[in-house]
Amino acid sequence: MTAAPYKQPLLETPLHARTAPLCLTGDWAHWAGYLTVNSYRTVEQEYFAIRNAATLFDLSPMRKYRIAGPDAERYLNRLLTRDVGKLKPGRVGYAVWCDDQGKVLDDGTVFRFGPEEFHVYSQERHLNWFLDSALGFDVTVTDVSEDIAAIALQGPQSFSVLQALGLTGCAALKPFDMAEFTIDGLAVTLSRTGFTGDLGYEIWTESTHAVALWDRLMAAGADHGILAVGSAALDLARIEAGFPVANVDFIAAEQALRATRRRSPLELGLGWMVDFEKGHFNGRRALLAERGRAAGYRLVGLDVAGNKPARDALIYHGRDTVAGFVTSAMWSPTCKRNIALATLKRPFETGNQALWAEIYVKKEGKWEKVVAPCRIVERPFFNPPRRRATPPLAY
Amino acid sequence: MTGRKDVIVVGGGHNGLVCAAYLARAGRRVLVLERNPQIGGAAVNKEIAPGFTVPACAHILHHLHPRVISELNLAGHGLSLAAKNLATIALGRDGRHLVLRGGEATPSLKDLSPADAAALPGFHARMSRFAEVLRPLLTEAPPRLHGMNRGDQWTLAKLAWRLRRLGRVEFREFLRVAAMNAADILEESFESDLLKGALAFDAVLGTSFGPRSPGSVFTLLYRLAGQVEGRSAALALPRGGMGAAVEAIAAAARAQGAEIRTEARVARILVEDDRAAGVELESGERIAAGTVVSNADPKATFLSLLGAEHLDTGFVRRITNLRMNGMAAKLHLVLDGLPSVPGLSAAELGERLVIAPGIDQLERAFNHTKYGEYSESPAMEVTIPSIVDPSLAPEGRHVLSAVVIYAPYHLKQGWEAARDTFAELAIDTLAAYAPDLPERIVARELVTPADLERDYGMTGGHWHHGDLALDQMLMLRPVPGASQYAAPLPGLYLCGAGSHPGGGIMGAAGFNAARRILGDGAA
Repeated sequence: MTAAPYKQPLLETPLHARTAPLCLTGDWAHWAGYLTVNSYRTVEQEYFAIRNAATLFDLSPMRKYRIAGPDAERYLNRLLTRDVGKLKPGRVGYAVWCDDQGKVLDDGTVFRFGPEEFHVYSQERHLNWFLDSALGFDVTVTDVSEDIAAIALQGPQSFSVLQALGLTGCAALKPFDMAEFTIDGLAVTLSRTGFTGDLGYEIWTESTHAVALWDRLMAAGADHGILAVGSAALDLARIEAGFPVANVDFIAAEQALRATRRRSPLELGLGWMVDFEKGHFNGRRALLAERGRAAGYRLVGLDVAGNKPARDALIYHGRDTVAGFVTSAMWSPTCKRNIALATLKRPFETGNQALWAEIYVKKEGKWEKVVAPCRIVERPFFNPPRRRATPPLAY
Repeated sequence: MTGRKDVIVVGGGHNGLVCAAYLARAGRRVLVLERNPQIGGAAVNKEIAPGFTVPACAHILHHLHPRVISELNLAGHGLSLAAKNLATIALGRDGRHLVLRGGEATPSLKDLSPADAAALPGFHARMSRFAEVLRPLLTEAPPRLHGMNRGDQWTLAKLAWRLRRLGRVEFREFLRVAAMNAADILEESFESDLLKGALAFDAVLGTSFGPRSPGSVFTLLYRLAGQVEGRSAALALPRGGMGAAVEAIAAAARAQGAEIRTEARVARILVEDDRAAGVELESGERIAAGTVVSNADPKATFLSLLGAEHLDTGFVRRITNLRMNGMAAKLHLVLDGLPSVPGLSAAELGERLVIAPGIDQLERAFNHTKYGEYSESPAMEVTIPSIVDPSLAPEGRHVLSAVVIYAPYHLKQGWEAARDTFAELAIDTLAAYAPDLPERIVARELVTPADLERDYGMTGGHWHHGDLALDQMLMLRPVPGASQYAAPLPGLYLCGAGSHPGGGIMGAAGFNAARRILGDGAA
């Protein structure tokens, strides 16, 4: 960390010494104030490594908040829409949190370390909101983002890499389990979580250990084709997994300039994460009112005919009626399907209507329009049994 | 749990009592819970020496709403005025004082400045016209700007119509003036420092503003919008002290069937199934009710009595950010005889005396508050109510009650360390006009914002439950999301000065809240 961060607008992650030399493309991206790798060499190679081998992704820019104190559970139940009381120590849960109007501010993961200690990890910064939500609760909220570095180890061979490191104990970890381990004397928290919709782990350690951990993983994974991957490849994997991303598939409520771009968890298809029975939480009254009426929008998965990615496409019902718009799209090499995440307006979200995607494709300097029929399908698009198998198979 | 009520009113201030009276009149079983032995909240009497009674906090009736007076038959329940249509006398250092009666060009003003005497009636008429536009808003729920219903649209439409009816020139002037600062408009209208100081004083009282702070004209307009017995901005003293006025409201409430309990301090508002369900007293007693109405200030209501956990974070932020640090102290003196102010008759001493020699002095007095200091040369509003109401002191002797600004709640050295020096400063300020005052003082008391907070539960010791300023008025009072008396928690309502139309012994907030509650079909 530099003494005067304002002189260096983009910060380096604790793994910069390892990721920078590998980034042959110079294809960098910005994430939460950090310089991060978008692609190291070719996105395709990195994507196929996620689906076939083992990969490392520098997850360190994730914002990490430690929530501790006698009221930690009560506090999180007020902050998040789901019932944290049902999360046992040693478990991880996906979560969203809303503003007063019940619109999603961000999503993230909640790690329960004990009866009175949790960590919440998210893509964007939320310290202000978290602190202001703590008024009246016996709880401390600390931003530990700089203290903890994280590496995502994802792919079918990720378990084998951990085996090679001697972590036999991790075989018992079910999806969304976490536990403490040591790797060559480095204390780590290992969670069976990830953003790829595949078998994979996330490894959390003190920032000062990050480089050593990276080196050990690279060495142990050499026989498994381990590869560093950037955000571009990960984005393809997450679309296949059907995960929406804030400020891509919906606009975070605090950042939306247009009120109609904000989304409630119900509109995002995350109604299962809203527990109306647990007592008050931010946005509860607004969401209760919303539950009583038909949702205005719904985030859906689409299967689009043909092989042209429906990036930014408008979705039509009939010739002239705009039924919605695509927010993420790709040709899925693994599913062999043309898939998309889209927001559909009422009443087109029900799946009964004929929908068309208006796709523009640039063919050697000339835009051509493709109108492809599409239909609403279940997410995730890609959901292999190996994602859930416990113990995982040693590919 | 003791017997269930339809409505519990937390706090027996005048607004709580007005609200209770209207709800009881509509057939609701109402219980008012007051933490102090005396009802009245900040509108109470206090015996500071045997036989000497002072108004403990509020000391002039600016605003008690005529509709409340007539509908609750307050006169029949003992409300009578010892003095009404009080003149304001701006004290001058040279013994030339300025007597102000509304917009009249009084002889003293003609004497002081013929130009100002010519200008004042026009200025006052214009300000009153603008205030007139606002006045009907006092007894209407302020319209929501987002998610309006027909009532909100109607209220706004009526406001637009009243503005339109001003005519093009006056409408333009209203737009120009409404968001100005008081100093600018007074400077462009008048030449006499004494006149400008007295008018500026009215523009800053009840706020943490100085005369040059933006929006201070609005506070002045607001003050003019009140009325006593139909007279705009008239000032009155209730017979028997402020406490007697509140006793009349309480009697009216009891006559309608409301029950009033004193020394019943509410510890918290109970919540069941995301609804206000009653209250728990500090004694541990629980009382169930379908509706809870809080006369307490918004911060105390939401953050202490209810608890932030029952509210959304965005709303809590707005409540936390409410500007409500008291800026006024009360000075009470027991006098063994009337002090003499050269140039004033004994009868004139019974009017409202203002010490605010000019805009610059007032602004300088305000400057200190920015740094956690009290004013070294404070401004004051002084009454000697025993002149018009002999029941307040033994014959020949008197009580003096003064509001002293600026006395910021957040004082650097803390009020315990500063109490005596500030009291002496205030007395010295008075003595500059009434040289024999110090030797007539038998007993004295300085009530600081810290005392007001402790004794009456008003957060920040702010007796208006939040600055009466443009950004905390109308549909912004106390905060968006609670500006129509209903709190975000179903079954919980606000009826105190923190709600529209705000502080002053007005009763309009209590009246509006009762109407909202009955309109909701709650309780």
